[in-house]
Amino acid sequence: MSQDPVIEASELTKSYGDVLAVNHINFEVKKGEIFGFLGPNGAGKTTTIRMLTGLSKPTAGSAHVLGFDIYSQIAEAKRHIGVVPELSNLYDELSGLDNLIFMAQLYGVPRNQRKERAEQLLKTFRLYDRRDDAFGTFSRGMKRALTIAAALVHAPKLLFLDEPTAGLDVVAARSLRSLIADLRQQGITVFLTTHYLEEADLLCDRITILVKGRIVAVDSPEALKTSLGASLPIEVSFPEAPQKIAEELSEKLPNLRVVAVNHKVRIYGGTPVEVLDAVVRFAKEKGIGVDAVSTVRPSLEDAFIKITGLTPTVMAMEKGGRR
Amino acid sequence: MWHDNLRGIYYIALKDMRTYYLKPPAISWGIVFPVAWILAFYLRSPRAFEELVPGLIAMTILFSTTAAEAVVINFELRIGSLERLLLAPITVSAVLIGKVLGGALFGFLMTALVALGSIIGLGLYVNVPYLLLVVVPSLFAFSAMGALLCVLVKEVFEAQTLANLPRFLMMFLSGVFYPISAMPWPLRYVSYLLPLTYTVDGLRHVLTSGENAVILFDSMILIMVVVVLIVPAVRLLHRRFV
Repeated sequence: MSQDPVIEASELTKSYGDVLAVNHINFEVKKGEIFGFLGPNGAGKTTTIRMLTGLSKPTAGSAHVLGFDIYSQIAEAKRHIGVVPELSNLYDELSGLDNLIFMAQLYGVPRNQRKERAEQLLKTFRLYDRRDDAFGTFSRGMKRALTIAAALVHAPKLLFLDEPTAGLDVVAARSLRSLIADLRQQGITVFLTTHYLEEADLLCDRITILVKGRIVAVDSPEALKTSLGASLPIEVSFPEAPQKIAEELSEKLPNLRVVAVNHKVRIYGGTPVEVLDAVVRFAKEKGIGVDAVSTVRPSLEDAFIKITGLTPTVMAMEKGGRR
Repeated sequence: MWHDNLRGIYYIALKDMRTYYLKPPAISWGIVFPVAWILAFYLRSPRAFEELVPGLIAMTILFSTTAAEAVVINFELRIGSLERLLLAPITVSAVLIGKVLGGALFGFLMTALVALGSIIGLGLYVNVPYLLLVVVPSLFAFSAMGALLCVLVKEVFEAQTLANLPRFLMMFLSGVFYPISAMPWPLRYVSYLLPLTYTVDGLRHVLTSGENAVILFDSMILIMVVVVLIVPAVRLLHRRFV
């Protein structure tokens, strides 16, 4: 993988009146990587994409996309970038094929290559059988897939994906993630914003965590996880309902963080010896047994919680506060 | 860059024709509405139908160009597809001009149908270059008017309501049904501020006297109207993306 920067942002800032949406952020995206921009809704992810793609002017700072200055050379940059916005905003009245051909026309794809390229993408995204159907009749997953295909029709070097799997069912999201992973093999650099921790962990080479417009961490998912160091969580199975146990244990161990996760109680903080001692004492006092104890391999979610202090519930919120 | 913009303008106009204009609601609003009004007026006070042809063509230009133009920009802003156009290597001006061209092309088709029907049906003599000198700038002027009204407001229904005000005002005060010379003097001054007045006047001279100076004057006024309407429309649209 070459290390040439595809995006360089320096002190990039955007404010709307008194609200600072993006606050002096600095980052670099390397050629050929899938770069994740992770953060809860309202963190400034979409605003950053809008600035880098010329849809919004920064209030301060600078950025170069594919070597082009976003203030003075954005039109040149646009020729080589594809953007998948958060909304699947192709034309309902046009068929899948016609939508792709229209995009090819807008981007100046040579006339004799438009149809061939559009059909190839329809096959790649498994939409070829529906090529003549109106976009408005597609399912949400199919609309998302065609929106990604539309962003690739001019063979961009850099693809911005804004929440590509938001609102999709599990099967459609998995299928799309596999297609996104394939883009890396084609040498396309991907700038991915998501609020799904699992998605970022699966797809990204490096992740930037953005909270309230500020970058709080940049590293590979593995490095972010191992940064948790000695404070690995310990998971304990009790024969009783984990929610109630977690609440009671939390009162007994005010210095530790105790949560119920997947029918188990997970304890963050403290050394394993301290935690085990406390758990055994708690079980004896309560007169209950302990079914199993294990340390948990840290997840990106654990790293996220430690770095940001936010709960995974905040991350799981869709736009508009939906969960 | 200019090459990208020209290409963008052309394909946006073609796409708009397919998605919005060549559909029954736009066609009925663009042709049926003006024809119905003119026929109703004719049946109420019968006279030589030739006298109503300039008004009929002018109304077709007005209603066909603004049929969808007055809503498409807000509609696309709402569903996010206008933003998609701006992700391509084209400017905000090119997007807006593409939209105006789409309205003007559709208006041209509708106007051609009505004009040909009237001219052939009534056996009128027409100097086609002079006719185009009035019709083409009129098509762009009213399409630009639709675009400006559209970007002045945020909601689709607001744009439609707002567009009705100048449309109906012009219908009654621009000499479509009543000659301007027969109007009370305050209304006469108002009529001179309305672009449709110059369309009707120009068409009347094309179809009757063929007086070159008047036709050229009307055409020049209409070209100025195009510029006066497009420039603020582009600026207003641009403001939504900074």
